[in-house]
Amino acid sequence: MNRPAHWDETRARRIIADLAPLEGAALPILQALQDTFGYVDRRAVPLVAEALGLSRAEVTGTIAFYHDFRTAPPGRHRLQLCRAEACQACGCETLVAHLDRRHGIAVGSTTADGALTVDEVYCLGNCALGPALLVDGEPVGRADAGLLDWLVADLTGGPA
Amino acid sequence: MIPRVYVPGDSAALSVGADRVARAIAAEAAQRGVAIELVRNGSRGLFFLEPLVEVETAHGRVAYGPVAVTDISALFDAGFLAGHGHALAQGPSAEIPWLSRQTRLTLSRLGLDDPLSPEAFQKNGGMRGLGRALAMTPAAIVEAVTASGLRGRGGAGFPAGIKWRTVAGAVGARKYVVCNADEGDSGTFADRLVLEGDPFMLIEGMIIAGLAVGAAKGFVYIRSEYPHGFRCFSRALEIARAAGWLGPSVAGSGYGFEIEARLGAGAYICGEETALLESLEGRRGLIRAKPPLPAVAGLFGQPTLVNNVLTLAAVSHILADGAAGYAGLGTGRSRGTLTLQLGGNVKRGGLYELPFGLSLREVVYGIGGGTRSGRPVRAVQVGGPLGAYLPDSLLDTPLDYEALAAAKGLLGHGGVVVFDDTVDMAAQARFAFAFCARESCGKCTPCRIGAVRGVEVIDRIVAGQARTENRVVLDELCQLMTDASLCAMGGLTPLPVQSALTHFPEDFERPVLGAAAE
Repeated sequence: MNRPAHWDETRARRIIADLAPLEGAALPILQALQDTFGYVDRRAVPLVAEALGLSRAEVTGTIAFYHDFRTAPPGRHRLQLCRAEACQACGCETLVAHLDRRHGIAVGSTTADGALTVDEVYCLGNCALGPALLVDGEPVGRADAGLLDWLVADLTGGPA
Repeated sequence: MIPRVYVPGDSAALSVGADRVARAIAAEAAQRGVAIELVRNGSRGLFFLEPLVEVETAHGRVAYGPVAVTDISALFDAGFLAGHGHALAQGPSAEIPWLSRQTRLTLSRLGLDDPLSPEAFQKNGGMRGLGRALAMTPAAIVEAVTASGLRGRGGAGFPAGIKWRTVAGAVGARKYVVCNADEGDSGTFADRLVLEGDPFMLIEGMIIAGLAVGAAKGFVYIRSEYPHGFRCFSRALEIARAAGWLGPSVAGSGYGFEIEARLGAGAYICGEETALLESLEGRRGLIRAKPPLPAVAGLFGQPTLVNNVLTLAAVSHILADGAAGYAGLGTGRSRGTLTLQLGGNVKRGGLYELPFGLSLREVVYGIGGGTRSGRPVRAVQVGGPLGAYLPDSLLDTPLDYEALAAAKGLLGHGGVVVFDDTVDMAAQARFAFAFCARESCGKCTPCRIGAVRGVEVIDRIVAGQARTENRVVLDELCQLMTDASLCAMGGLTPLPVQSALTHFPEDFERPVLGAAAE
């Protein structure tokens, strides 16, 4: 996984200026900022607001509304675990409990060493091969506790 | 003839190791000094057989699955490149029963070839619909869509022709075609299959829609939970531009049309069409009160045609093969085919395109083979998070819009999720409210507050606190949300809750362990 860049106002302004001409540019801009820096830094809010003729409140509200946008840097790796009904039917809640009990990782948190962020997600469209995951954006199906142990060890560099 | 080997590049296949299988086949062939042509096709939709490897032989295509990397050497030894037998052999692809019994119309090309090859698309019937449409008047295109009986496949089932006519007749400085690819319902993946497995079909359908309503610009709003689908579709747009299918003169016709793919940002509500438009405009996904309808004042205030992926995909076939053929399939007012998506705890999950009208029992047992866990089926949820949970006694309900509505359920986007007897239906009812609380846009009070109250009341009932009184509160809350919510999110969340209460009351009446109830 590519390491995100550190906050750089010049670079942020360039991203914003490049995408501002799009119709309805706010989401593409916020997504590009997050792709580059790993999260949407608060310092970007006035820059986006100014470029799009919006108030800071509108930009802040947009960032807060969508589950995808982060306001703090994530872990180096990301595991997204589906908790929607089709995966519930295949035991995804057992996996959530396993992550917590065995590895001390709560869904929605980042490990203390900054290695791994685990997020919940509601439907990855892989409902016949659940429980479904995305690991650094790559699909994984039929997940079980053993696979999670291996993934956590692999992504955090620790023992299974 | 160099044998042609197909390994799907669809994300469901990838999730069970299709990339590793493709690499292992290439490596084994190289090691044995055998020349092969490796094609990454889309998935056939039979996910229980993924990775499904196919070989083009002198006797047609032959399938093997589910293939693991550890099977490759034995497959070569058995002579799979010539279609010879092996424990994983599924026989000729077209004769796999789960495929041959389908009516593949909209998804006829799914899994046949490289989904990003314009040549393969045209060879298999692509662009015929657009060719016809370019020779027709806009009114005649709208008439064909109306005559086909096509209903919107996003969930509401609104007649497509009426919507198209409204947009065509609306006056605006410019018009838009917006494709709703924010397929948020759990248990559904047909839109994703189109984005990854036949993206040019959607592009073709959108251009036809643009011609019919007089729009020059289209947007496809794809959920961020589909990163692979977004990449595939974005690549397809580049290829379509290079092929001259998009741009200032579509296929040399002089008519201009352009499509932009946009990524959602994690919000179930943005699958609701007005919230989607707000999101496309760059704001929070708050729903809009209707009227005005998007058809009259939609994206940036302009007349906008908003249709689901499957609706637009069906259009290219309706135009290519005529409205009558499409209308000839199905039952009652549900015409054409149903793209059924079978998932959850089921043995043979996948995508099945069938005429409307098959019973749920045939689907769950006949096609699906019962649960993957081998335990008895207890509940089946149809139509996503806002759909009802149905018990065994209602499994003879036919899958069409009206029959499901009569069973106090909904067909929605065609997802069917199977649960075995370990499911706790009180927990499922609680989840319906919790999901609504998480995803409510917050615009109307019944949904924003009602969902939170719903979780609390179910918790009290399960904990044995004043059960009778709290059941009354819960019923009133469900009625209020149904009657007073602005959109389907709050308005339909009571559906899974009430179905759980009606059909599985015992799960709400369990004795409370270690505490005196009431």
